[in-house]
Amino acid sequence: MTKIIDSKIPEGPIAEKWTNYKAHQKLVNPANKRRLDIIVVGTGLAGASAAASLGEMGFRVFNFCIQDSPRRAHSIAAQGGINAAKNYQNDGDSVYRLFYDTVKGGDYRAREANVYRLAEVSNNIIDQCVAQGVPFAREYGGTLANRSFGGAQVSRTFYAKGQTGQQLLLGAYSALSRQVGAGTVKLYTRYEMEDIVIIDGRARGIIAKNLVTGKLERFAAHAVVIATGGYGNTYFLSTNAMACNCSAAMACYRKGAWFANPAYVQIHPTCIPVHGDKQSKLTLMSESLRNDGRIWVPKKLEDAKALQAGTKQGRDIPEEDRDYYLERRYPAFGNLVPRDVASRAAKERCDKGYGVNNTGLAVFLDFSEAISRLGKDVVAQRYGNLFDMYEEITDVSPYENPMMIYPAIHYTMGGIWVDYELQTSIKGLFAIGECNFSDHGANRLGASALMQGLADGYFVLPYTIQNYLADQITVPRFSTDLPEFAEAEKAVQDKIDHLMNIKGKKSVDSIHKELGRVMWEYVGMGRTEEGLKTGLAKLKDIRKEFETELFIPGSKEGMNVELDKAIRLNDFITMGELIAYDALNRNESCGGHFREEYQTEEGEAKRDDENYFYVACWEYQGSDDKAPVLYKEPLVYEAIKVQTRNYKS
Amino acid sequence: MWLSNSSIGRKVVMSVTGVALVLFLTFHMAMNLVALFSGEAYNAVCEFLGANWYALVATVGLAALFVIHILYAFWLTIQNRAARGNERYAVNARPKNVEWASQNMLALGLIVVLGLGLHLANFWYKMQFAEIVGNPMMGGLHAADGYGYIMQTFSNPVLFVLYLVWLAALWFHLTHGFWSAMQTLGWNNTIWINRWKCISNIYSTVIVLGFALVAIVFFCKNLC
Amino acid sequence: MDKNISFTLKVWRQNGPKEKGHFDTFQMEDIPGDTSFLEMLDILNEQLIEAGKEPVVFDHDCREGICGMCSLYINGHPHGPATGATTCQIYMRRFNDGDVITVEPWRSAGFPVIKDLMVDRSAYDKIMQAGGFISVGTGAPQDANAILIPKPIADEAMDAASCIGCGACVAACKNGSAMLFVSAKVSQLNLLPQGKPEALRRAKAMLAKMDELGFGNCTNTRACEAECPKCVSISNIARLNRDFIKAKLKD
Repeated sequence: MTKIIDSKIPEGPIAEKWTNYKAHQKLVNPANKRRLDIIVVGTGLAGASAAASLGEMGFRVFNFCIQDSPRRAHSIAAQGGINAAKNYQNDGDSVYRLFYDTVKGGDYRAREANVYRLAEVSNNIIDQCVAQGVPFAREYGGTLANRSFGGAQVSRTFYAKGQTGQQLLLGAYSALSRQVGAGTVKLYTRYEMEDIVIIDGRARGIIAKNLVTGKLERFAAHAVVIATGGYGNTYFLSTNAMACNCSAAMACYRKGAWFANPAYVQIHPTCIPVHGDKQSKLTLMSESLRNDGRIWVPKKLEDAKALQAGTKQGRDIPEEDRDYYLERRYPAFGNLVPRDVASRAAKERCDKGYGVNNTGLAVFLDFSEAISRLGKDVVAQRYGNLFDMYEEITDVSPYENPMMIYPAIHYTMGGIWVDYELQTSIKGLFAIGECNFSDHGANRLGASALMQGLADGYFVLPYTIQNYLADQITVPRFSTDLPEFAEAEKAVQDKIDHLMNIKGKKSVDSIHKELGRVMWEYVGMGRTEEGLKTGLAKLKDIRKEFETELFIPGSKEGMNVELDKAIRLNDFITMGELIAYDALNRNESCGGHFREEYQTEEGEAKRDDENYFYVACWEYQGSDDKAPVLYKEPLVYEAIKVQTRNYKS
Repeated sequence: MWLSNSSIGRKVVMSVTGVALVLFLTFHMAMNLVALFSGEAYNAVCEFLGANWYALVATVGLAALFVIHILYAFWLTIQNRAARGNERYAVNARPKNVEWASQNMLALGLIVVLGLGLHLANFWYKMQFAEIVGNPMMGGLHAADGYGYIMQTFSNPVLFVLYLVWLAALWFHLTHGFWSAMQTLGWNNTIWINRWKCISNIYSTVIVLGFALVAIVFFCKNLC
Repeated sequence: MDKNISFTLKVWRQNGPKEKGHFDTFQMEDIPGDTSFLEMLDILNEQLIEAGKEPVVFDHDCREGICGMCSLYINGHPHGPATGATTCQIYMRRFNDGDVITVEPWRSAGFPVIKDLMVDRSAYDKIMQAGGFISVGTGAPQDANAILIPKPIADEAMDAASCIGCGACVAACKNGSAMLFVSAKVSQLNLLPQGKPEALRRAKAMLAKMDELGFGNCTNTRACEAECPKCVSISNIARLNRDFIKAKLKD
């Protein structure tokens, strides 16, 4: 506990820190760049933009992704938009306001300097993307269009239909493709990072599995960047893609990188409710729907009962019997409160018995008022594709009946701990995008994930990594024959052999589903000390079950999808425990972490700034059976006065 | 050369030769219609297009267009089959919007070529070729007596039916070929696609009806 | 509520690109109508694993119709019977009790089978690397609003850009042509003022790469457009043709 954590925040007033940093950091000259290799794992917004930028600067880059193409990374699924402090709408936006909203939205648990930098470079991102040919929505005059999003009172969100993530990723992917074509980036698709190789305390390479041949391969570099996304799939059911996993992050964690704030898991309020036990994932309905949709449940319990029994439909409930609970509780922000607040409010209503579907775990998102105000055509133009998607999945038309939604795991604010330079606690190992922890505090605002991914990849890492690499120019390229590589590869091979040899009876998915159920029940939206302790005990059982009951068909040679999933599940279990440890430690409620013991009389989250105003950094203790050790990085707020979040007035 | 080593180039060759052939058909059809009104006038046209240097040059040019169009068709088809891979789908379904003709252009084209062979044997061999080799009475009639050859050919019901089948294949071939050529040449967009399709349907119908009309009228004339 | 259905499933199995493939037939019982097609395959795979057999391999990821990873040829249609939807967005209520459902991989020389229903689409990446970008460096651009783009142009570019690179166009095309994909990408960039300086070069480079990789010649059957899960229009192909011919005539 005595460890001094240096987050390397530059000196000076908040608005000058990044400028100062850039002015004084060390750079690498072009001739030396050619001699330095960088591994970038992941090709989402952060990974692709970083690989493209670094390649363009002249470094030799190796870029890895587990899908068949970099363009498939899950950044692609983001629908709503990307924030930037352009103030094109003349509604009083500024870098400071975006910074402030993000810190407040994060429930005052983010690192101030990082967030300010994020807000600062947000404008460059829009410029960059437009120049790349991202077809953002435009006004008739030819200027860029904006819309508003949760947690903000200005319209600062740029969007491309309901496919903003896709378009931004394609922009980064095309920049990456250009570098691959130019030969500065070498691309490895259908490769999964299995371990990181440390030489003399510095990250010097990775062991990756070729998912087609099943072979392990070694790659060496002067620095390693992981951009492998979040750990939402620990809960099995989430809005994450099926292949999203935390194995790369866990590999770093096991090798000594601290894992920060794992308990901060974002639950998105507008997802299509769970419908059956065969379900494989949850589908998100864009947050932008809350611009025009109104969220409600019945005022009367008997109406709720009728809805649950299926004897009534949403449209049958008269206006005066509807409880627009977000508008009631938060008059200033109404349906546009931040995600954590909206999610908790939905859970609160459903827990009281007001849920509106057969499982009692759903609330209405109603467009009838918007349709009568704007007309069906305008609503269809704005949300048509989302409505169609909803109807395909549920067989109910949102034009006629209100949508049903329920919160679901969506994003993870926690991640590998990084300093201001995005360097982890292992030298030469960097983490960017959702994979790191730094910018969103305890809760992320809508349209900020895309912003952070691209900020890290285009505008932050390409600078800060040079500060590290400047000292490495005399270090020759590493041979992958070094004993450190052999050792790491053998460890991975041993793990694979071990998993293949368990030869139990249960499939990976069946155990993963159990893990998900435990996580959702005990480490989900409403956590208690007792529940978390029970959860931790149950997680031990699941690990035991995994170790004794797992069955993987086929062989370790060649493609074996089940084996790959098993390796990931092994890490999800460790991750689950980590989330529970952190949640248990944090005796307060803030953002995505809600401890039922710590709430106000009105049911709002109650923070404890006196005791928990810090970043929780967890260190692995050499074995999955040992509890991790906690270090604290105290938060220092200079620019913003910490206060209770208020979305009421 | 981009007209042979790029896929769009090869398609441009198909389009340009195709459009030229459509123009030829238009002219040929107009000429045939003359026979409906006056045998003499028709024969005058036939004489005009006999073994003169300009007619021969045009014939050679025309033949070249045909040959290029057909050779490219085979070439493209071979390439396209290779691009499809070795395995074929077990289940096939044609989506709405996809014309039957568009997926069977080579087969239709082959029918057109066979019909063309018949046609050349019936008319061209006896008329122009006869003049070229200097035996103007090859088919029993004088080489410039086009009218007589029409009467002779369509007196045979088998030939008559074969001609109609040929024309039907031609119709299908043209309805796709015409707008497809415009698309390949890049003169298309979301609005024009429907216009072009409408134009190709009307134009193909006019051409094919024009040819068919002559055949039907002369077949009937022979019956009476 | 949705009814449950039972049906016969014929699935293509193939061990590797060079191996001989065959169909396996499975009887699926009592599948709820609100199960997605891929979840139905998950159920099948769970049953196979329970029986100690190897599961069917297929590509999938986001399962919300945007990543372009899923790629099944179902009953003669890429992405199955629905229009404007990917395989992952197909729900079993679209099928009937007693149906025979045949599932095949994309079949095209450009997309060799990796295993079972999974194919290798890296050719698309190679086409993109040949010219599917605007050459702009990081950090160089001017203010975003300095380039005014008329809304109709921006919308048209957006429609072209909605391509998810799934390969259904190639799978649907009897010529194995990738023109819809290439033209969508070329159109998006060539329509926008930012992409104009490289427009002709881009059209040439991407088309040359497509040809080189063994994709077929487009014969305008429109099957690609009909099966495209994002309804990308063949007017993009006309635009590519135009730009390409223009480029060649200029040379």
